[in-house]
Amino acid sequence: MLGLNSRDFKLFIIVCIMALAAPILLNPFPTASALGESFNAGYPALMQRFVIFGILAIGFNILFGLTGYLSFGHAAFLGIGSYAAVWMFKLLSYNVVPAIILAVIVAGLFSVVIGYVSLRRSGIYFSILTLAFAQMAYQLAYSVFTPLTNGETGLQVYNDDPQILMGAGDPTVPHFFGITMNGQTQIDVSGWSFVFQNGYYLAAIFLIASFYLSIRIFRSPMGLMLRAIKSNQTRMSYVGLNTKPYMLAAFVISGMYAGLAGGLLAAMDPLTGAERMFWTASGEIVVMSVLGGVGTLIGPVLGAGLIKYLENIVSKINDSVLHNWFSFMPDFMDNFMVTLIHPFIGKGWHLTLGLLFMAVIIFLPGGLVQGGQKIMAKFGRNKNTDAKDGADTPAE
Amino acid sequence: MSILEVKGVNKRFGGLQALGDVNLSVQENTVHAIIGPNGAGKSTLLNVLVGKLIPDSGSVMFDGQSVLGRKPHEIAQMGISRVFQTPEIFADLSVMENVLIPCFAKRDGAFKLHGIESVSTEAGIVEQAEKMLDEVNMLDKRNMTASAMSRGDKRRLEMAMCLVQEPRLLLLDEPTAGMARADTENTIQLLKDIRTQRGITMAIIEHDMNVVFSLAERITVLAQGTPLVEDTPDKIKDHPKVREAYLGEAQV
Repeated sequence: MLGLNSRDFKLFIIVCIMALAAPILLNPFPTASALGESFNAGYPALMQRFVIFGILAIGFNILFGLTGYLSFGHAAFLGIGSYAAVWMFKLLSYNVVPAIILAVIVAGLFSVVIGYVSLRRSGIYFSILTLAFAQMAYQLAYSVFTPLTNGETGLQVYNDDPQILMGAGDPTVPHFFGITMNGQTQIDVSGWSFVFQNGYYLAAIFLIASFYLSIRIFRSPMGLMLRAIKSNQTRMSYVGLNTKPYMLAAFVISGMYAGLAGGLLAAMDPLTGAERMFWTASGEIVVMSVLGGVGTLIGPVLGAGLIKYLENIVSKINDSVLHNWFSFMPDFMDNFMVTLIHPFIGKGWHLTLGLLFMAVIIFLPGGLVQGGQKIMAKFGRNKNTDAKDGADTPAE
Repeated sequence: MSILEVKGVNKRFGGLQALGDVNLSVQENTVHAIIGPNGAGKSTLLNVLVGKLIPDSGSVMFDGQSVLGRKPHEIAQMGISRVFQTPEIFADLSVMENVLIPCFAKRDGAFKLHGIESVSTEAGIVEQAEKMLDEVNMLDKRNMTASAMSRGDKRRLEMAMCLVQEPRLLLLDEPTAGMARADTENTIQLLKDIRTQRGITMAIIEHDMNVVFSLAERITVLAQGTPLVEDTPDKIKDHPKVREAYLGEAQV
């Protein structure tokens, strides 16, 4: 179906369902309940992040997962995409279509240059080169290129910007031919309220398309060549294949995915800043891939979802929420528990993430996907697990 | 007719003259062995032939075209395949995928952007790879991960990867080094079959005299970077200079 084998098609359908039904699936608890307030992830701002960082991770996986080349500067393309998109808003209009197209093209052009230089080396040297480029991009955006990037204030749209294609009645927020990104429909069903936001659905459609394209690339001759590069470059060249253009193609494709993600971030919220390109942002992409399962189709999406979930949910929990949870205990126990958990919540969510990351690396080197496979094997079901483990993780 | 013509090749590594004025001519449709004691320059010569090393002077012509200055993948596309001392295969990929890759390289050249259609839709290529695997009796292992196979099977797979490209010259770098007796015999048989069935020109570097004398039709003896003699196996066996070179080594 759609040029996919039956297993990939099933996986694709699951991703479609999860992406399209996320506003319902991610709200398992009644909205007003304590659990709902703490753990529901089905609100637009967070779901957008799941989907957009999912796209970023899918693209990163085409490079890192297939070829094994670890780019440590991928956030640069995300940032470049965002800047390009905001410039489109400033110059043309708030329509997201030219913004997203330009974001992808500009990120693609930058990745051709950065990729061409970085791919002269492999292994750790490649990683260092990409890291250096990304930090250069960050520093330039922060200071030297202030006219282009608006420095530390960040780039945003002002009233006196040209916006030459702006019609008289056009919305003054990003929109898709009149459909505003922040427009939403809320449906209340006995205690639950589900929010369906236009912007989220635009991003979700891009995620589905990105995921589909990545399956096609994985199964294509080019995907095979990229895996061969990871396996044995010597044999590659003695078989008569030039590894360089294959690598560059993979690098540019993943850079364009990152540009798309950056463009979408700007489409959701039309401002951007240099911090999007900071090296920790690049590191986060690596962590997403490893956490989810490097080289698997669905893994990076799950990893991206999990990290964004932890970032938003765990960091939202504070001491008073904890006291609420443990209120059934005697006071001293309550205080003890809160003191014990305190370092792991709120601003300490990185600690939780770090511990989780270590646990995954040690016990599940194949990431969440491997975890899912193990669970499936335990229950004696068929091996078609690549997809299934998505259900118990809040990601799509 | 000679398919490979090496003329006056010199290569120095610092103070060491690895190759000194090497002349070598491999005739089409023969098995040409290059033997010599350790450090004679055999591997250096091979690396020059495949473009991994560039000689200081001299020329290497393959089928009338110069090989020098070309990258390994360009030389491979000209029709020179190489089998390594330790089999170089795609260890993480399946046996079938290992053979598919050279099939694509043969058809599409050094690079082609084909990122959309699935590999399984390439019926011609799949059929070609299956036929090759069948010929080396590995079709039943097609879905096995290559790294899980025995040393002998890896060698067989590597050979299949080279043969499926129908090379005009097959270079073999000590194909039986470190192999058990049985595996060595199998490899000799495999090479003999390739020779009789396909008539591929081979240049083989080998230490094992048993292998050399069961396969070679011409032999070049290399010592200290210079060809000592070149002749048929029978004449080489009794050649005084060869005995000297080898016995000299054996007495150490």
